[in-house]
Amino acid sequence: MMDVLYFAWVRERIGIPKEKVETEAATVADLVSELVAREERYAAAFADLSALRVALDQELSGFDAPLSGVREVAFFPPMTGG
Amino acid sequence: MRVSVQEAPFDLGAEANRFAAGDTGSGAIVTFTGVVRDLAQGNLDVMEIEHYPGMTEKAIEAIADEARQRWSLADVLVIHRHGRLSPGDRIMMVATAARHRKDAFEAAEFLMDYLKSRAPFWKKEITGKGGEWVAAKDEDEAALDRW
Repeated sequence: MMDVLYFAWVRERIGIPKEKVETEAATVADLVSELVAREERYAAAFADLSALRVALDQELSGFDAPLSGVREVAFFPPMTGG
Repeated sequence: MRVSVQEAPFDLGAEANRFAAGDTGSGAIVTFTGVVRDLAQGNLDVMEIEHYPGMTEKAIEAIADEARQRWSLADVLVIHRHGRLSPGDRIMMVATAARHRKDAFEAAEFLMDYLKSRAPFWKKEITGKGGEWVAAKDEDEAALDRW
C-alpha cells in the first residue's frame, strides 16, 4: 500500500490530490500502466510521460525506478518555482 | 541558513536587515526578489502557487546546502510563498552573504536557477477567461547546465 499524490494539472485531470493504492508494481512505469488501465482520467493524465516528473518519497526520480520500499509516489508537471 | 515556505507576505527590508544583522565578516550581501508579473495584456487577476509540502522544504534545503558547498558563504536565506498572489506581490527572495561579492552573486544565481526547476512549485495564472498552468521553459532547464 502506498500513497500516490498528484499536483497541478495532473491533480486536476485525475480529480483528486491523493489516494492510497494497493499495488505490486515493480517500477514507477508499471504503476503508471496499472493506473492508466483503471480509467480514462488516468490515461488522460499520463498520456505523455515526457511532460511528467515523478518523486519517490519526496526525492525526484525516474519512471524506470524500482518501487520496493517506497511509501509515497508523486506525479507532477515540470516545476515552475522562483 | 534559513528556508521558509509560507503563504504569508514577507517584508523584504526587514528580512534583509535581519539577515545582515551581526555579520561583520561578510563584505557582500546579495538579495534577489521575485515578483508576480502581470500578463502582457494586463489582465492577470491572481497567480496561484501550488507546492508539495514536505518535499518543497527538503528540496530547497538541498539546493542551499549545495550552494554552501560550492561557494564560500557565511549564510543563505530562501523565502518562497505559495497560495493566491496578485500582480506586483513578492513571490520569493533569496539572500546570500559572503566575504566577497563574486561568491554572493554566483550563489544567488545558482539558487535562483535551481529553485525555478527543482523546487516543487507550480504556478497557475488566473484571468477572466479562466486558469492556465504556467509551462516550464526549456531555457530554465538549460540554465542548470552552466553549473
